[in-house]
Amino acid sequence: METPSQHQNPQALINARLIDPASGLDAPGGLLIEAGRIADVGAHLRRNAPAGADVIDCGGHVVAPGLVDMQVFTGEPGNEHRETLKTASRAAAAGGVTTIVVMPDTQPVIDQVALVDFIQRRARDNARVRVRTMAAMTRNLDGQEMTEIGLLKRAGAIAFSNGKQSVMNAAVMRNVLSYARDFDALIVHHTEDAHLSANAAMNAGLISTRLGLPSVGPVAEVMMLERDLRLVDLTGGRYHAATLTCADSIAAIEKAKAAGLPVTCGVSINHLTLNETDIGSYRTFFKVRPPLRTEDDRLAVVDALARGTIDVIVSSHDPQDEDTKRLPFAEAADGAIGVETVLTAALRLVHNGDVPMIRILEALSTAPARLLGLEGGTLAKGAPADIAVFDPGMPWLVDREQLHSRSKNTPFDEAKVQGRVLRTLVAGETVYQFARGAGD
Amino acid sequence: MTASQTHRIRFPGGHLLTCETLDARDVHALLDRAEHAAEINQQSAKSQDTLRGRTQINLFFEASTRTQSSFELAGMRLGADVMNMAVSTSSVQKGETLIDTAMTLNAMRPDLLVVRHNAAGAVALLSQKVDCAVINAGDGAHQHPTQALLDALTIRRAKGRVEGLTVAICGDIKHSRVARSNIDLLNVLGARVRLIAPSTLIPTRAAELGAEVFTSMKDGLAGADVVMMLRLQRERMSGSAVPSGREYFHFYGLDHEKLGLAKPDALIMHPGPMNRGVEIASAVADDARSVIRDQVEMGVAVRMAVLEALASNLPDA
Repeated sequence: METPSQHQNPQALINARLIDPASGLDAPGGLLIEAGRIADVGAHLRRNAPAGADVIDCGGHVVAPGLVDMQVFTGEPGNEHRETLKTASRAAAAGGVTTIVVMPDTQPVIDQVALVDFIQRRARDNARVRVRTMAAMTRNLDGQEMTEIGLLKRAGAIAFSNGKQSVMNAAVMRNVLSYARDFDALIVHHTEDAHLSANAAMNAGLISTRLGLPSVGPVAEVMMLERDLRLVDLTGGRYHAATLTCADSIAAIEKAKAAGLPVTCGVSINHLTLNETDIGSYRTFFKVRPPLRTEDDRLAVVDALARGTIDVIVSSHDPQDEDTKRLPFAEAADGAIGVETVLTAALRLVHNGDVPMIRILEALSTAPARLLGLEGGTLAKGAPADIAVFDPGMPWLVDREQLHSRSKNTPFDEAKVQGRVLRTLVAGETVYQFARGAGD
Repeated sequence: MTASQTHRIRFPGGHLLTCETLDARDVHALLDRAEHAAEINQQSAKSQDTLRGRTQINLFFEASTRTQSSFELAGMRLGADVMNMAVSTSSVQKGETLIDTAMTLNAMRPDLLVVRHNAAGAVALLSQKVDCAVINAGDGAHQHPTQALLDALTIRRAKGRVEGLTVAICGDIKHSRVARSNIDLLNVLGARVRLIAPSTLIPTRAAELGAEVFTSMKDGLAGADVVMMLRLQRERMSGSAVPSGREYFHFYGLDHEKLGLAKPDALIMHPGPMNRGVEIASAVADDARSVIRDQVEMGVAVRMAVLEALASNLPDA
């Protein structure tokens, strides 16, 4: 993927609505790609491609930086029947995502240099989009012993996480944050107290009470977040709360940011667009972690995203197959696929008038790229030509069978949505192109 | 036949999975049928042939003595061919999923499937995969509709009505499907429901199910017409939800002193099996006001009514 474009000629994307959150640009124009990078951009390229360039007419649709999805679970290695890097990257390309960050929750866990290397080799040979690795912060994600953070970072790990588990031992977390600071390594943490959330199948409330399901409220998340923020204050380590879901967490992170702590946070597309009532009568495709919350909490995270308190949107793509989802709700696995639908789902917030388009795209591309120290996330001259072209208004009906992921556990199955990716480019190469009739 | 016996009872999807969707007219019609069955059960010739040729399978993923035998007897008295699936020795132990089991059973073409499972929603899930009528005989902490129906019948027979009565349900509400089904059904029938338990055994926002919530027996039992005790599982008595069985009995066990707070003619109920000395004193269980044995008797009658009503709604009936 790092090799220069195979295109002999420059490519010109003309007749576009250019949106670049990095510069605040939202204007008609065009963009020129040479040798895998953005060679020129602006209004002067709207109609006129330079002589000798291959022309792609964008039909007035949006040209934006490709999405950077910093929370993608795959099944490689260990559960390739659910998802491989290849199938995940095909789904990503179809969703306008040009970089996926794969999570360490694999079998074996990505907690060694050799495994980071393995992911990178497999990705180089099989993936259509850029694949980066989030390495484990503790061995085997046990929350006990720190991994080789320095060596893993040198091998290419771009951040460190404990995957779907929270590090319950505060002393371990303190040491990780403290040690990671010496390497300027980013710590990404799932915030959920393991004891309070043990066996919980959904959010605590009237619905869980009616359904007779074991449940946990936001307290498990807020407690863990507040503990972490104390430790960040103590150590100065760079910290990112992976997916916040409720009003109280937003208040806590706001306070920490105001105090100048080096903290950021993310939210999953599921918590921005769904709530606990979607579970209905035990629909396991809506079983995710942290659990879907109340509508009030959803509105609080949407508002926090609009205000910029929430930095990043992730798909939290988590492929699960029939044998882990076609079970009674409490026994079914958590997780929903999402890398292919994250942009479309996020556009709901734009169409509803809840969040401006440029802010959505910032949280999906510019912000995660900056946070992870990646080059992309912008249409600036010289940036890699990682680009999503999409029609924000095109209506379609999500059909799980048509999605590219190997697993089909989407909570958006049969949803009427608006907004479709037309073309995705990585380093100037078209890795996905929408064909009407095929897949709509 | 009375009018209520010919009244066609509506079951959503053709199954009995929950009490939430029942309405008062249907419930009373079912209870009338059950009354009729109870009368026949007191005769020496109990057999009927309403379900002759029908196949009933009892599929119990969770051990049960009384519910399973009650359903078995109910089916047999109506002339059905009844089979008990011994799940502990079946392929479920070999890793077969619930859905696979459902498909396999469906291929045997039963007409009525009685299912108990330890996971909430499991019976509803299974019902989506089969062509026969499914009866939920208890799914996790969710619902146990025939228990609530037999409780309602027991109350109606003893008190002449359910509407307007104050029913106190005491004990482990949080983990109880019996409680959830009873709260729903008693509300449908117009009773006033109270829940009494330590806070650790009351689920979130329980009041919104349609009940008044109390943490003291003294307040909760005052003036009650019916006292319904729930079983407390042993594993919850060792510090996880309550400190000890001894402490639980002291504050929440039904003895004559606490019972004295309820109306003098208050009914004493328990879905069984009882932990004597934990949630109920032996003397209270055996008191003249105790209808615990009537509950068992009404259990067979109610299940006969339910089996009959569901079978009469089958497409080929």
